[in-house]
Order: sequence, then structure tokens, then C-alpha cells
Amino acid sequence: MKALRAVIGLATVMASSLPVLAASDPPPGAASCSGCHSGGVTGSSVSRLNGRDAGEIATAMAGFRDGSLPATVMNRIAKGFSDDELRAMAAWLAAQK
Amino acid sequence: MGVSRRISRRKFCSASAAAAVTALASPLPVLAQSAARIVVIGGGFGGASCARALKQIDPKLQVTLVEPNRTFTACPFSNNVIAGLRSIEEQKFGYDKIAASGITVVALEATTINAAARTVGLADGTSLSYDRLVLSPGIELRFDALPGYDEAAAAKMPHAWKAGEQTLLLRKQLEAMDDGGLVVIAAPANPFRCPPGPYERACLIAHYLKTKKPRSKLIILDAKDTFSKQRLFQNAWKELYPGMVEWISLSQGGKVNAVDPATNTLITDFGNHTAQVANVIPPQRAGRIAAIAGATDNTGWCAIDPVTFESRSAPNIHVIGDACLAGAMPKSAFSANAQAKTCANAIATLVAGGSPAAPKLINTCYSLAAPDYGISIAGVYHPKNGLLADVEGAGGVSPLEASRDFRAREADYAQSWFATITAEVFG
Repeated sequence: MKALRAVIGLATVMASSLPVLAASDPPPGAASCSGCHSGGVTGSSVSRLNGRDAGEIATAMAGFRDGSLPATVMNRIAKGFSDDELRAMAAWLAAQK
Repeated sequence: MGVSRRISRRKFCSASAAAAVTALASPLPVLAQSAARIVVIGGGFGGASCARALKQIDPKLQVTLVEPNRTFTACPFSNNVIAGLRSIEEQKFGYDKIAASGITVVALEATTINAAARTVGLADGTSLSYDRLVLSPGIELRFDALPGYDEAAAAKMPHAWKAGEQTLLLRKQLEAMDDGGLVVIAAPANPFRCPPGPYERACLIAHYLKTKKPRSKLIILDAKDTFSKQRLFQNAWKELYPGMVEWISLSQGGKVNAVDPATNTLITDFGNHTAQVANVIPPQRAGRIAAIAGATDNTGWCAIDPVTFESRSAPNIHVIGDACLAGAMPKSAFSANAQAKTCANAIATLVAGGSPAAPKLINTCYSLAAPDYGISIAGVYHPKNGLLADVEGAGGVSPLEASRDFRAREADYAQSWFATITAEVFG
């Protein structure tokens, strides 16, 4: 798991111009997601993001941001992040258990 | 509850003995040799989230959560309890899982803070030492701000702005009221806990009245001219509760200057309103321990560094949740939870000798205009000019024009959010 995180962390760093973060440090915005998306909860219609494919998360966020993917609230939230930030968030969420 | 006072005390005694040894050995905290001690005061959405996040980020940290209540009663969805749509039991959460996750839960009130010595004094006369202290004390209702409104008056004219007995009192008064009665909600000026809360409450009380007491009326007396999700709420009042809800703004004479609990009367410059049920939400300030810590400014709230949430006036003390002045971020449970996780990451970095990177934070607040009619406000925030500012172009409220299906989905997401966040924090 540690090795996997390190690889993902490295990939994130290579893919973006963001400051170098330790693999475990959430990039800007990522720590907020679990307020709705920690998942595995009875009675929740909101999807779990931890451990999900990073590409899938980043693509969905880009779609929410440009309006190509319909949403109730995620369109308003996605507009607060750059491509690099969305990729970093997606990679971090994918690496979470 | 699995958190017995005896166990808490024993753990605390060994912690403070260790602290004493550390203090003798060196005037500075020896972070490299021993795990950093983080004390968190306040077991609500902010404090409990922060304690859990700290332990999750670094299991070696010695994390202590100080909270006198054995049960937390959540405010979000408590308007549903007032409207008879939900049981108060669904609002209650315990600290067993938090204690089981390696956090020392101390069920005592924190009464003093010595910022120089880095100690917290507890109600039983003992104390805790810390390297970093997190305050998440929520709000204190100001019983000195509105003439006639003190703690005794609150037993007659409930605020119901801290969930629990007050929530049930307001519920009972609504149940006892005759059809055709007048309900008045007095809403305070900014800033206050849960900016859309008074207006959601108006909706859900109106939902109850429409169903059970349709000749009744609800007036909101407001100390403001604008409020959160205003157009959405006003549209919902018209659409769902026509003729039932009246909002009187500050400039229309809505500011309540005094109350008379003996007659259930709210006094404004433009006249008196005698209510069958009066819900007075008074002005607020940071929970008392924040002032004791020297972390409040002349507003009664706590100025903080937007990267670390460290107090501007009290070093090594961080303030999160409703008590802090978080710039554009509203005082909500979602904000408190997001701030808690950001603060926990910053503290973990600081105690390891690092320098925390600038964060971004998200808030999403749902309100229910009816059980199947949800509306939301969201925002993304970043540090700017020493405050947390809106990221431009992001955030905003639900669309003014939307299908009932869209509103129903937001109502469903509201429920989902509550289930998820309470599981993350207390489960």
C-alpha cells in the first residue's frame, strides 16, 4: 500500500505543477470531500470516492465543471478547482482506503 | 457509554505525569523523542472531526478530546424535530467509537487555559498539558444582548439554537398551540450559527402548521435586510405556504429590540408582536472557553490564520468551527468538519517541524423547504489577504428555477449528507 501510494504520489507530482506534497497529505480541497463522500453509510445516495479510479474522478469533476455532466451541487463546487488541482485531488482520493 | 470518568482520569493522570517529566527535562516540548500531545476541546462536528482526523493522519499523536456531555445532539435536521418530522433520538451521537479509535475522551468541562504553560484546567481541578490545543467550542448564546432575554426567558421563549431540550420545548409549544395562533421567529444579525437556519425553520414549522393548524401564521422578525438562500426561501414560502409566512426585514422594522417573556411579546421600533409561540434566536459569540483562552477579539469571535486555523492572538491554540472567524465560510457543520480536517493536517505538519501548504476548503449547506424540497448553498474557499475568501466563479445557490424532482434530489442529498458526516465523525 505504501509503495502504491508513493507511486501515485510521484505520478501526481509529475503530472502537475503543484508544490510537492507528501503522499499522505491531501492536496487543496481533497480533505473536504469525505463530508459527503466517505461512503459505506446506510441511507446515503452519495457515492464513495475513496479507492475509486483517479481518472474516473477527474473526468467526472471536469464534466461537472464544464456542465457536460448534469449535477445539483457538484457543478458549483468543481468550478473552484483547476485541472491540476482536480487531478491531484482525484489521485489522492484514489489512494485512500 | 464506554467512556468512564475513571478511565479518562487514569489516562489523563499518566499523560500529565509524562508531561511533568518532559517539562522537567526541558523547557521546550521535545517533539522528536515523544509523540506530540494534542488536546481538542469540544466534541461537536468540529472537535470530534479534528480529533479523529489527527489520529488517522498520525496514529502516534496523543490525542485527547475534552467534552463534558456524554451525548452529542446535532443541530442539522433539528428543525425537522421541531416540525414533528423526526425524533430527537436520531440527532444523538455518542463518543464510544471515538474512544475506541485511540483517542482519550475526557468527560469533563475545560474551565481554564494557560497558554504560556500550555495547560488546560478541568472542572475537577486536574489539568492536561498540550503541544497544540484545538478549540471547537461552538457558540455561546448572548443572554446580555437582547433586553428581557436571559436564560430564564429562554424557558418561555425558546431559542432552540443548541439542539436538545430547547428543541423539544419549541416542539411542545407548537403542538400545544391552537389553530389560528401566531408563531414568531426572531432572527439575529450576522454573524451567527447556521445562516439559513431560521428560514429553514420557518419553512418546516409552516409545513407543520399547514398540515395540522392551517389557520395559523408565522412571522419572521429579522435584524437583517438580506439572508442566505433568500430568493429560494421566498419562492418556497410563496409556492408551498401561500399567505402563511411573512418576513419583516430590518428596514421594515423587523429588528427585535427587547422581549417580554411574561406576555410572550417581541418589541420592535415599529410595534409589538405578541406570539402564541415565540422562538427568539439571540445574538451569539464564540463558546466561553475561547475567551478564557484569550482567543477572541472584540467581536466575541476568534480571528485565525486561514492556513493553520491558529489563533491570531493565542499561540499554539487553533480555533475551528462556529467559534472562528473564517472569512467567507459560513458557520455550518459542514464547514466545521472541513476546517477540522484542514486544521488536523496543518497541526500534524507543524508538530513534525514542517510548514503547512495553503489549503482549499469546501462548504455545502442544505436546507429543507419541505421534507421533499431541498435547496443548497455551496462554496470553495482559499486563503487570501489573511482570510478565507471565496474562490471566484465557484459556489452559489441552487437554481431559482428547478423541477420538483430536482428539489427532491437535493432533499435526498441532504439526508445522505447527514448520514455520512455523522458516520465519519461519530461512527
